Amino acid sequence: MSRPAHRRPEYHKINKDLFVLTYGALVAQLCKDYEKDEDVNKYLDKMGYGIGTRLVEDFLARSCVGRCHSYSEITDIIAQVAFKMYLGITPSVICNNSSRNEFSLILDKNPLVEFVEELPAGRSSLCYCNLLCGIIRGALEMVHLAADVTFLQDRLKGDSVTEIGITFLKKLDEKKYRRKK
Amino acid sequence: MADVVLFEFLHAEMVAELGARDPDPGPGGQKRSLSVLEGTGFRVGQALGERLPRETFREELDVLKFLCRDLWVAVFQKQMDGLCTNHQGTYVLQDNSFPLLIPMALGLQYLEDAPKFLAFTCGLLRGTLRTLGFQSLVTSSVATLPACKFQVEIRKS
Repeated sequence: MSRPAHRRPEYHKINKDLFVLTYGALVAQLCKDYEKDEDVNKYLDKMGYGIGTRLVEDFLARSCVGRCHSYSEITDIIAQVAFKMYLGITPSVICNNSSRNEFSLILDKNPLVEFVEELPAGRSSLCYCNLLCGIIRGALEMVHLAADVTFLQDRLKGDSVTEIGITFLKKLDEKKYRRKK
Repeated sequence: MADVVLFEFLHAEMVAELGARDPDPGPGGQKRSLSVLEGTGFRVGQALGERLPRETFREELDVLKFLCRDLWVAVFQKQMDGLCTNHQGTYVLQDNSFPLLIPMALGLQYLEDAPKFLAFTCGLLRGTLRTLGFQSLVTSSVATLPACKFQVEIRKS
């Protein structure tokens, strides 16, 4: 090549666009393949799970997070470190119960839906971003934390915010964590 | 960069799922799976083509150089390693270390799976060219992982 391509700032945006556009094309293809919204949602969650189980290694290598002592700390890290690192956003965290194992991530901005104005016709139950739930669930499982992750609210469905609910299913075993190095 | 990783993981998952979806395990099913992946890449390429910083192209070769430099850097953080042409509308783009093949570059035994990992990118090239005003046929070949070649035939309208 005669002229070197300098790394222009617009390329960074294209990189982000690449993921968002690819995701959109994937959802479109799944909608072609599956008539029922539940099936598309399930498939997105399944694919997200596969991604999450591998993404967590990448995340731990990049972020060097220390040991966590509570579900609250873990959820904060997901919101403030992981989401920031991969999607450039920082959802706010709310704890939903006194046993402190149910949390919500409130997404003010959602880059995944940047090019989506509304759900396709006849797809009112589609959880467009369900990949995210699968990713979180898969990543948590790789660090031995079982959790239910679902969309509680979705702007695309007409709700005022987009809210992801994380419910940790087992009691966090502190002793087990201390022994892991 | 972290967001690059997200795309690579998503692509790998798409290859695993969409690339194996067809119930027919024979060549017909394979072809359909590759076609689905290629079609997805085409849609993305069309949209990406609109977002790339544009230049005026004096001739067809300039467009291919643009793909090899600008598109490849924007999408894969590297330039294409080689570009050849017969000056009659056929171009061969060579990448000696294609990022989407690297995870499976475990040797020749996985060569038969390589087309699945290239189908999306073939579509991406075809889609970008379409947005830039060119109809094309894009195919790929792999001799030794992770090196690959993309053959681009510009169709005369």
